[in-house]
Amino acid sequence: MTTTVVHERIPEPIGESKPRLDNRKKVTGAATYADDMQFGSGLLYARILHSPHPHALIKSINISRAKALPGVKAVVTGEDFPGFIGLYLQDRHIFCRDRVRYVGDPVAGVAATSEEIAVKAVNLIEVEYEVLEPVVNPEFGASPDAPLVHPQLSEYKVVPFILPQAGTNISNLFKVRKGDVGAAWEKCAAIVERKYRIPHIQHVPIEPHVAIAQVDETGEVTLWGSSQSPFAQRNLIAQALGISQSDMRVVAPYVGGGFGSKAGVSMEALAVAIATKVRGRPVKLRLTREEEFYTAFVRQELISYFKMGCDKNGKILAMENRFYWGGGAYTEYGVNVTRAAGYSSTGPYEVPNVKTDSYCVYTNHPVGGPMRGFGMPEMHTGLEQCIDDLAHEIGIDPVEIRRRNCIREGSILVTGSKMHPTGLPQCIEETAKAIQWGQKASPSAPNKRRGKGTAIMWKAPAMPPNAGSSAWVELAEDGTVTVGLGGQDLGQGTFTVCAQMAAAALGVPYESVRIATPVDTRFSPYEWQTVASRLTWSMGNAVVSAAQDARRQILDLVSEAWGEDPEDLDIRNGVVVSYKSEQEIPLKDMVIYGLPKPNDSGWMGGPIRGRGKFMPTYVTSLDPETGQGERAVVHYTTGSQSVELEVDLDTGQVEILRGASSFDVGKAINPEMVKAQMEGGFVQGLSSALFEEMKMVDGYMQNPSFVDYRIATTTDAPSDLQSVIVEVPQDDGPWGARGIGEHSMVATAAAIANAIFDAVGIRMEGPPFSAEKIYLAMLDAGIVE
Amino acid sequence: MSDLFNVNVTVNGTLYEREVEPRILLSDFLRHDLGLTGTHVGCEHGVCGACTVLFDGNPVRSCLMFAVQTNGHEVTTVEGLGDIDDLHPIQQAFWEAHALQCGFCTPGFLTTLVPFLEENPDPSEEEIRNAISGNLCRCTGYQHIVEAVQLAAEKMRA
Repeated sequence: MTTTVVHERIPEPIGESKPRLDNRKKVTGAATYADDMQFGSGLLYARILHSPHPHALIKSINISRAKALPGVKAVVTGEDFPGFIGLYLQDRHIFCRDRVRYVGDPVAGVAATSEEIAVKAVNLIEVEYEVLEPVVNPEFGASPDAPLVHPQLSEYKVVPFILPQAGTNISNLFKVRKGDVGAAWEKCAAIVERKYRIPHIQHVPIEPHVAIAQVDETGEVTLWGSSQSPFAQRNLIAQALGISQSDMRVVAPYVGGGFGSKAGVSMEALAVAIATKVRGRPVKLRLTREEEFYTAFVRQELISYFKMGCDKNGKILAMENRFYWGGGAYTEYGVNVTRAAGYSSTGPYEVPNVKTDSYCVYTNHPVGGPMRGFGMPEMHTGLEQCIDDLAHEIGIDPVEIRRRNCIREGSILVTGSKMHPTGLPQCIEETAKAIQWGQKASPSAPNKRRGKGTAIMWKAPAMPPNAGSSAWVELAEDGTVTVGLGGQDLGQGTFTVCAQMAAAALGVPYESVRIATPVDTRFSPYEWQTVASRLTWSMGNAVVSAAQDARRQILDLVSEAWGEDPEDLDIRNGVVVSYKSEQEIPLKDMVIYGLPKPNDSGWMGGPIRGRGKFMPTYVTSLDPETGQGERAVVHYTTGSQSVELEVDLDTGQVEILRGASSFDVGKAINPEMVKAQMEGGFVQGLSSALFEEMKMVDGYMQNPSFVDYRIATTTDAPSDLQSVIVEVPQDDGPWGARGIGEHSMVATAAAIANAIFDAVGIRMEGPPFSAEKIYLAMLDAGIVE
Repeated sequence: MSDLFNVNVTVNGTLYEREVEPRILLSDFLRHDLGLTGTHVGCEHGVCGACTVLFDGNPVRSCLMFAVQTNGHEVTTVEGLGDIDDLHPIQQAFWEAHALQCGFCTPGFLTTLVPFLEENPDPSEEEIRNAISGNLCRCTGYQHIVEAVQLAAEKMRA
């Protein structure tokens, strides 16, 4: 016998792979991206003079020749903008004032009537530098011997949970002290110690950064840009300019890929700053692909040391980890990456004794920003190789050691809190099954070696404890629904998913829901930022709450008009129905004009507008000395990835034959789009594992083009790429959903490294695992001659 | 300023007569002079493929051509592949098969695939992957794109 529990019913279209809302515009070329917006003949073009040195003092700047060039409307330098800017740690000016800290640091800006004139003007600016010794290695940078990149570090404004170390290059230090690591080593039957080095890579959105700024005669600022963070940009740029947030408007049309690079503020502040000097005229700044590589954000580099030990059954007893994050010249997000890596530093394992020191270190490299995974791919790439080595050391299968140690519901986490329900154990089984773990297939040719590898992961949204979302829901005369929200669709599909959630919560067909775009801080409801894979969960909750609010208003009105109990009413397919009286009325007949009162005595109701918000209320602070606390994060998404590959002994080249991903997303609102995230993340992870590295020599990037910095193409991706969804609901997620966008590339590089080891028995210090590097490692190991 | 050159070019079936500077790229000409912003510029050095258009029916990188080179020729951009009410099967397949995310690279994929599917009505997966190996997509991992091409081929054969 079964009983139907109504509140547990998953309504349509939750769990259905609806087509994307933006297909219509994106397959026809009609979608408007920032560079497609038209500003007429008054548009000015901005170019930036970048520092040619990784580290130098500015002795003098002469802009007179540039200013005199016909067509030049403004030339600005750091002199013009004394304010500081920064998300967690305000450590930078919009333009450099006395010192340049990386090759690409903005020194001066020009606005001119054409791009060609702007380029000419930039070349006429004369700057005298006194070159200083650069810091190019984060581990050295953390030492007392390193020159200081920010001598004024102790004077900078900083949020409470970030801890800069005065008189050093350390912009944040996150410590974990849990149990007794020293005593634990004696109980270990096997211990491994490893060092890994993860290079800087870049996000490589196919659309480069674009920003257009205009300041009107009253000082109100409008910024149109390719942006993941319209509201954060409003807040931070307003602060830097010393104006009200309400006088700063950010409009964000379609974004051509972000992956973190378009979060927070980077080049947008430059466009706004220049525009303040040419009031009334829009100023466009568009990065070239070369500028995209090193003048916007890059992913932090990482030098990591792991020590871990287990007992004879493979039970992990202790970990001691040291991370030196190369945060670059300014640590816009790096300080929080460092913190996230600290409070997640055991990986998805229950470890009773932990000591972690996670340092964010200033270097004279490009600015470290958030990138898909927010430190987790960099950390897991080393950690998950170490786990494999530990398994081999103690003689246990690598999948088995993960089964025995992975976090489960109730596990005590690295920060001392308890793990919520998680499907990680199931994910491990799914990917093992998908690549037939334990069965070794023969190589496809005598000169090839075949291997399989697995890695698992966890990641929490890394954000302030009180990052909030809000939403509204309105209905039009024809009963169609428009959802207002402030998060951005970067391609991950959040508009589609939010439309599905609004449709489900309100009781209307998916096809009748629209999203109010573009996101515009003047009209859209507040959203902290489109980062941290938090929108399905956080903004989703706000949208559901707004839709429920609208639904309540509608049902209250109809129940009054019909003299019925609201409990007997429902909205189905855009029609209010009574299960009791079997009356019905389409939404379009009442959501704007209300309903007549009985006996022609007037009207009731009025235009329906639901509103909703969501903010987590339960995240606590952590002890600065031990990293322990009640609840460090909102939740962890977990998962597993496995690969099968071949290594060519003649060339060192790796071919990925099969890939499998499995993640616990709580509830897949749109399963096909969840799979698309898993596939996209897998291939981005594959690309970072095999090809990608910003080759830095003495602070200069050597390969800032698509010719020299290669990303994965169709022929690099395996044709056998499986994605398995696991659903263990999140207690405070909409229908149980939690995020998946970033997680899908966290374990990929480690899984590939483990498979290379399985194939040919070599380990390398870090990616990219290029053919050259593998071949040389095989030579060293005597595998080839 | 350099001399201006006459360009008579048919774009998406419409003849345009324009005077352009010889240094103007085809991509800029399409986007700025003709307002056809569906052609996207991702790298300006001919690698990413986002700016691909059809030149007398063959895919070319519009960031690697000058506008003057199109004089007397035909160009088709994404806007010319189909109308919203009458989409090309490859557009329809991208829509149905979740083959796009941010959509910035999509026009270049579509224009590359139109002549490919005409010449290869029943392509193998390997042929599909090779055909689009010169187009970069950072979002999808290509899997759903490959599936969309297979779906489009089916639609076109039907």
